Amino acid sequence: MTLGSVPMRYKVSIDRDQCMQCMRCVDNCSYGVYRVDGDKILVDSRKCTACHRCISMCPRDAISLQERPVDYRSHPVWTAQVREDVINQARTGKIILAGMGNALDYPIIFDRLVLDACQVTNPSIDPLREPMELRTYLGKKPSRLEFKKNDQGDVELATELAPNLKLETPIMIGHMSYGAISLNAQLSMAKAVAEMGTFMGTGEGGLHNALHPYQDHTIVQVASGRFGVDIDYLERGAAIEIKIGQGAKPGIGGHLPGEKVCVDVSCTRMIPLGSDAISPAPHHDIYSIEDLAQLVRSLKEATEWKKPVFVKIAAVHNVAAIAAGIARSSADAVVIDGFRGGTGAAPKVFRDNVGIPIEAAIAAVDQKLNDQGVRNEVSIIASGGIRNSADLAKSIALGADAVYIGTASLIALGCRVCGNCYRNLCPWGIATQRQDLVDRLDPEIGAQNVANLIHAWTLELSELMGAAGLNSIESLRGNRERLRGYMLDEGMLKVLKVNPVGA
Amino acid sequence: MCGIIGVIDRARSGMDGSGIKKALSLMNERGSGEGAGYVAYGIYPDFPDCYALHVFYDNLVEPKKKVDDLLEKWGRIVHQEEIPTYEQPGLKKQHIPWRYFYKPHKDLKVGSSSPEDDLVKTLVMDINSRIEGALVFSSGINMGVFKAAGWPEDVADFYRIQDYKGYIWLAHNRYPTNTPGWWGGAHPFNLLDWSVVHNGEITSYGTNKQYVESNGYKCTMFTDTEVVAYLFDILGRRHGLASDMVVKALAPPFWDEIDEMPERERKINHAMRLTYRSAQMNGPFAIVVATSQGIVGFTDRIKLRPMVVGENGDKLYISSEEAAIRIMDPNVQNIRMPRAGEPVIGRVIV
Repeated sequence: MTLGSVPMRYKVSIDRDQCMQCMRCVDNCSYGVYRVDGDKILVDSRKCTACHRCISMCPRDAISLQERPVDYRSHPVWTAQVREDVINQARTGKIILAGMGNALDYPIIFDRLVLDACQVTNPSIDPLREPMELRTYLGKKPSRLEFKKNDQGDVELATELAPNLKLETPIMIGHMSYGAISLNAQLSMAKAVAEMGTFMGTGEGGLHNALHPYQDHTIVQVASGRFGVDIDYLERGAAIEIKIGQGAKPGIGGHLPGEKVCVDVSCTRMIPLGSDAISPAPHHDIYSIEDLAQLVRSLKEATEWKKPVFVKIAAVHNVAAIAAGIARSSADAVVIDGFRGGTGAAPKVFRDNVGIPIEAAIAAVDQKLNDQGVRNEVSIIASGGIRNSADLAKSIALGADAVYIGTASLIALGCRVCGNCYRNLCPWGIATQRQDLVDRLDPEIGAQNVANLIHAWTLELSELMGAAGLNSIESLRGNRERLRGYMLDEGMLKVLKVNPVGA
Repeated sequence: MCGIIGVIDRARSGMDGSGIKKALSLMNERGSGEGAGYVAYGIYPDFPDCYALHVFYDNLVEPKKKVDDLLEKWGRIVHQEEIPTYEQPGLKKQHIPWRYFYKPHKDLKVGSSSPEDDLVKTLVMDINSRIEGALVFSSGINMGVFKAAGWPEDVADFYRIQDYKGYIWLAHNRYPTNTPGWWGGAHPFNLLDWSVVHNGEITSYGTNKQYVESNGYKCTMFTDTEVVAYLFDILGRRHGLASDMVVKALAPPFWDEIDEMPERERKINHAMRLTYRSAQMNGPFAIVVATSQGIVGFTDRIKLRPMVVGENGDKLYISSEEAAIRIMDPNVQNIRMPRAGEPVIGRVIV
């Protein structure tokens, strides 16, 4: 018995009247959709991932793409995707691997939250004419300050402040490792964050030499595999982040397929060439919250208490209590990664089913830390599914100090969210280590695009804040009075601590 | 819009309430006849070391019994009486204003450096959030708030504030948008020694509210102004910051200015902004805060509300309008308009 083939996912066709046979599509497709037979370009649609590389390179707009050209009998439960997954697993007996973030059709809470603006009783502020402050400091803050008088009788600060990261805008780029993404992709982001006065995460892939000039704008990650971690690495980062979990796959470790472990990646990560880099699900030196506190302290000791240490957790059901435990350690910030967070590779069942949305996680963590009287002392960084400046503003109003963006910054480099990052074939030169593909991404141009994106969001955030009568980011943070829920149920409003529209 | 005025006699000479009534009434253009109030310090010389608790009762049957029981559990009621009021044609009496002179048992509160204040604060929060029909609107020593829904002159005459002599007076003429007609919503707001009059709207209210709540305060007045009193209580009393430092926390200089400051100042301002980021207030406001030790006036960081200052000998005036100061004291001098965020401080000198 055979299962036969499943219908093709995409159908690619070429308008032969338009096509001038320049062969750009053939050259650009790394998935092997196009091939030349004599003077004809042949198309194998089954190989297509809808990455749009060919379409964006075609000078004549001759290529068209259709998703699901073959209908299944429509069924609300047994969707085409569900049926194909079953067929796939019946054939292979394996876990299904997937890239990018959660692809199930959950309602997006951000889209049911609306922002406020001033009318009459308070004037809105015009950021073009008045100061607008987005500068954000991430790190431990004292709960109160002590002053003393010096010999001249002047008041002096007696409290020693812990080191904080200074961000000119509350947008950082999240941790995407060298290995998962290319060096040129990392370089583009590094140049962009340095230009914009913000930071990027290294992921758990170590820090390549080429990034050393930008090390003051990088946050180095220590994850369960400890890939690439040595004292030199720790000392180079502006801050250190312990990764406990990731929104795309809470409860399991990282996956870097061996295909992507080239010489450079193997050196930077300190792992054998071509080997799968599977980091363990837990840190094997962290089996409880006090172990985490110990690791935080160890990293601080190793770097002489000169750097903030963040702890990143996936947004899971009990995220608030876990964050409260982290806040009690010497950690400077809690990073919460929502279930829409992207990834280069994750088991699909995790990506689509485990964890909670970032909106609820931010609100729950902020509230719990507030209730325990420690919110003001630690920072909250939110990530996982932040798509635009509105999501950014809403995240901050729900209680985040700053956000990490991931997928959005990749899209700024050309990514079309095709979700095949784990295959090492990314035709945009982002999620690949194949040199010919990596070379397609010019770090100078990439940096400009990413910087443009951060700049644009920063401008929009300023406008939103000005309209709400706020001229400093501190006054937006946790200001749920300036949010209203639209068509959210009562339980969700309670979690978010937001009133419904009209109230 | 709202009109505010405050005056201090730094030598602690008493002033009766007739002057400030005139000044406040002059600013009726800024009000709507739905709320006015006064606060005066030094008015209860017969009870110089008792907390004067002013309470609005809806009736004297149910809520009062509960309040009496609670107060007696935690301290001693030295004296209590209805606050004398005088019917005014333009003012409908909605509550019975009552006052207690109260001494808390300080040994009942453990783990506090100011046990009496903390006890009274907790009692105020408890009564206001839990006992229906009772609202404590004034809780300091040798001071008192008098407020109601009505025009300034009617409220003044209702309490006959000219019968009280204080060395500090603050007053507020309200144009309400949020809770019109509610007596509790009129200013001044008070907690312990802190009183606040406020013209404006605090757009950072949600952030400030969370901060005061995480410090153990409950917001019960349905208005943004009360957080100012609580913020001053946290920063001024509990953290021991001087008034000008409290203002620096609430309406801090811009980062561009801080970056240009000399080292010592820069360090202080930088640390203040980081530490008190959630206390920072945004939005248009002019605020005068009083304690028994003095008054502080300040505006938001871009001065979206007016504030004028004048002096005459020991007297310092802070007001929304120059005319209000002039009608109270025709010989006033040094009239000036402080810059945005610049605190104006008047301290008692004896």
